[in-house]
Amino acid sequence: MKILKLIIRNSARHKLRSLLTVVGIAIAVLAFCILRTVVTAWYAGVDASAPDRLVTRHAVSFIFPLPYSYKEKIASIDGVETVSFANWFQGVYKDKNNFFARLAIDEETLFTVYPEYLISKEEKEAFLADRRGCIIGSGIAKEYNIKIGDKMPIEGDIYPGNWDFTVRGIYRPRDKTTDATQMFFQWTYLNETMEKNSPLRANSVGWYLVKIKDPARSAEISNKIDNLFANSKAETKSETEGAFQQGFISASGAIITAMNYLSFIIIGIIMLVLGNTMIMTARERTREYAVFRTLGFSAFHVAGLIFGESMIISGFGGALGLLLSFPIIKGIEEGMPKGFFPTFNLEPVTVILAISAALLIGVLASIFPTQRAVKTKIVDGFRFVG
Amino acid sequence: MKIPFSYTLRNFKQRKLTTAITITGITLVVFVFIAVLMMAYGVQKTLQATGSADNVLVSRKAATGEISSIIDGETVDVIKSLPYIAKNAEGKQLISPEPVVIINLNTISGGLSNISVRGVSDKAFELRPRLKIIEGRQINFGTRELIVGESIPKKFKDAALGKKLKIAGDFWTVVGIFSAGGSGFDSEVWGDALQLLNAFNRSTSVSTLTFKMTTGEDFPKIKAEFEKDRRLLQFVPKIEQKYFEEQSEMMATFIRVLGTAVTVIFSLGAVIGAMITMYASVANRTVEIGTLRALGFRRRSILAAFLTESLAIAIIGWAIGMLLSLLLVSYKISTLNFGSFAELEFSFSLSGSIVISSLIFAVIMGFVGGFLPSVRAARLNIVTALRAV
Repeated sequence: MKILKLIIRNSARHKLRSLLTVVGIAIAVLAFCILRTVVTAWYAGVDASAPDRLVTRHAVSFIFPLPYSYKEKIASIDGVETVSFANWFQGVYKDKNNFFARLAIDEETLFTVYPEYLISKEEKEAFLADRRGCIIGSGIAKEYNIKIGDKMPIEGDIYPGNWDFTVRGIYRPRDKTTDATQMFFQWTYLNETMEKNSPLRANSVGWYLVKIKDPARSAEISNKIDNLFANSKAETKSETEGAFQQGFISASGAIITAMNYLSFIIIGIIMLVLGNTMIMTARERTREYAVFRTLGFSAFHVAGLIFGESMIISGFGGALGLLLSFPIIKGIEEGMPKGFFPTFNLEPVTVILAISAALLIGVLASIFPTQRAVKTKIVDGFRFVG
Repeated sequence: MKIPFSYTLRNFKQRKLTTAITITGITLVVFVFIAVLMMAYGVQKTLQATGSADNVLVSRKAATGEISSIIDGETVDVIKSLPYIAKNAEGKQLISPEPVVIINLNTISGGLSNISVRGVSDKAFELRPRLKIIEGRQINFGTRELIVGESIPKKFKDAALGKKLKIAGDFWTVVGIFSAGGSGFDSEVWGDALQLLNAFNRSTSVSTLTFKMTTGEDFPKIKAEFEKDRRLLQFVPKIEQKYFEEQSEMMATFIRVLGTAVTVIFSLGAVIGAMITMYASVANRTVEIGTLRALGFRRRSILAAFLTESLAIAIIGWAIGMLLSLLLVSYKISTLNFGSFAELEFSFSLSGSIVISSLIFAVIMGFVGGFLPSVRAARLNIVTALRAV
């Protein structure tokens, strides 16, 4: 008990130094949380994907369309529950920097395949009734201040022309990982327009979303779909939604790797700061420690003093950093343009990692000074001039 | 009178470990800072080198990248009739209407990745004279042959010389490897535009069109022509170099913003580290400072000596960080470019402004970290300082 009191008193001896170190650790933990959150946000698409959904796309790459006629053929495969489809529409909403997904979707099946998009029955009916209606995610509605009934003009690029949509509904995300930054409109509208303007491009689908009854059969059904269209002009590649998303992420792997490294470098930097503090503290108290040892305290006690102080400082710093990271990550989420990251949350895993990082810093920073303190002979300790 | 610099240096020797730790902290921050800037600059440089200042690239107005741009055959003919297009010795127009698509290929490390496939006309090589075949031969136009950029075979196993790639039901032979001098084209696969259009069922719709201007001064006239002609209203001409530079913007900005934010936070850590070291340095030398003052050194000399110490730490840290980052130069990495949705290989590139801005950054860290402790040293009272234990 006495030792504990001593540790606390010791920590408060150099108020400024301890305060600076605590702030330094807090900043590091904060930076660590932000970086990890960016990395987890990148993987949000994978987390949000359901195991019972397959994506079937053109085997050459996702930019080539598949014939609409595949829909019935896929639907006839045993184990397939619903077949939905979508086209990447892109286009520009007001400004090229307003980036969010704009998709032409199969209006009949969208909400069956994606139960995580919550929408009221009235809005859904209004959307189905209006050929030029669209549905947007609550994230977009908030970001661009759009209400139901507003017009949304989109300038087409992949599908040239000026497209005018009316917002008929706003969907809410069911889970934290659900993407609420998309805009959907009726595929039928897109197709009718293409039939008029460029018939060659009509009746084509960007990718199929296949909902299957049993997730365990996903590999088998994927193969069945791909075999169905093998050696045709438009071969397909089917995989689970998660694998499809993972493909996009691994392509930007270099950046993720860089951020992963960075998040650990910051831990390294701050370890140096705390280590430095502890080394200086122990160095200044060399004579004191000699006094303790003469009074009968063991080297183990002295080591405990240093270790305890290191843990107290890193514990305070870690707690402060973690507390700050909640409002700050929230602030970043608000400030960031919607659509850049569909979701941006502090995951529980990040919190656990941050706490363990702070504890690890505390332990590692005390290794060197405790070693030095234990090894120093009492006589040498008395002789020491700092 | 000034306190000699050797006093500062001797002090480093006195407290080797603490000084070394502080220097290491600053080194790490400087290294991260430089690495991030080098990465952003590398992306920019690669894409800048992709275009040429004499060429004009035409794309659809709203298109954000080459793959989302579409130019139909009729419009291509309208552009071909413009008087500003340069001709080669044989009197042929230097123009290349190019379909650009993305295909997936198996990477050597396993998994799939996107690469850009560009269909070109036989004039494409005169348009981009920097491009050279380094292995194999040029494609025969009218056949299903491909040449690949030099960074492709390193990453994709099916794209080596002599291999056959299956694209849209047909086999295409890789007959050559080209080098485009470290530009974005090095990460592309090229084939005959007409063959690719045919294979992908795109009739005559290309993605973009590039031509060489007779003279660079014509560009304003070309621009005016596009604004005047109703058939060209949906399309926009840009200097090729500028077009590709803009393609790098999103990526480079992303790296830069994220990287700078991270380094600023990191630097707070390093500044605090420097501050702790300097405060300790002042506290340990209280008697010494008192002695110096008693000997007649002025307050400002003390301030200067301590600031010098902290700046020296920062500059040494910077120098080591700089040396470390030199190891990165010409190290190549490949990642998905947000602008084109395809793999792009680029290298870390150093520029004069990166060297200078990192030095300024380090000096600021040293100054901020050292200022308050130096002020405390300078303000010590002679008598109490001499009495301190």
